[in-house]
Amino acid sequence: MKAKIHVTLKPGVLDPQGEAVRHALGALGFAGVEAVRQGKYLELDLAETDRGAAEAAARAMCEKLLANTVIETFRVEIE
Amino acid sequence: MKAAVIVFPGSNCDRDLAVAFRDAFGAAPAMVWHKETSLPDGLDVIGVPGGFSFGDYLRCGAIAARSPIMAAVSAFAGRGGPVLGICNGFQVLIEAGLLPGALMRNAGLAFVCRDVTLKVETSASPFTAEYREGETVTFPVAHHDGNFVADAETLARLEGEGRVAFRYQGANPNGSMNAIAGVLSENRRVLGLMPHPERAADAALGGADGARLLRSLAGAAVS
Repeated sequence: MKAKIHVTLKPGVLDPQGEAVRHALGALGFAGVEAVRQGKYLELDLAETDRGAAEAAARAMCEKLLANTVIETFRVEIE
Repeated sequence: MKAAVIVFPGSNCDRDLAVAFRDAFGAAPAMVWHKETSLPDGLDVIGVPGGFSFGDYLRCGAIAARSPIMAAVSAFAGRGGPVLGICNGFQVLIEAGLLPGALMRNAGLAFVCRDVTLKVETSASPFTAEYREGETVTFPVAHHDGNFVADAETLARLEGEGRVAFRYQGANPNGSMNAIAGVLSENRRVLGLMPHPERAADAALGGADGARLLRSLAGAAVS
């Protein structure tokens, strides 16, 4: 199975990189971009064939390594 | 006095720290590769050096914090052994859960490499006993991700328990909350800081304010 994982900063955590991207978009003439939050996307190919077990494993990986849950939150999709 | 320096792929301050330890402690430290699973017997202190462990992949310090040796480092800290993490070493100790908070990209987004003035906020630790509370010292910083953040509760706790060891004076180089440059663990035996005391440990090399941090450790081991 494939696990698609999005790691993003928690709401309220300042994102200086996202803010710099927002400024750059404004400078290029893209008006109306009110906020940019930058994150990470990871794709995992898992040998697991059970959907529930794959999701549980991917979530454990996020908790243990892929996300820093002090400042980040994550979302897991299984395909 | 017996010290160890942990070495990861991408560490680049390990030898500087080894020289500073040797000068302060009178014996060269053991250099311990991250794949080891145990530490030398009878250690008095562990240093986790600066650098770019694992190329800063995923998050600074994240992969190093899961290295085999880190279980032994955590156990040593749990027994009250002093652990000093500098720069990337600070990032590793936070990622390993030995210190609270997180270190994010500098607020100005630029890599900052210069001397900074620090206020010593507490002398009540094995790392800062040789300083006077409230005095200012000069250490260099060289980092891209030193912006210390923590939730309001953690921050209040760190301040209330006097666990902010060093604070930036004047311009804050990275936007860290409360201008925090270095924090202590709850038992005050683990210190992580972004500035480099080991690069300010010899007057011939631009300053010796950092040597006192190392001498504090030497004093703590004797007493």
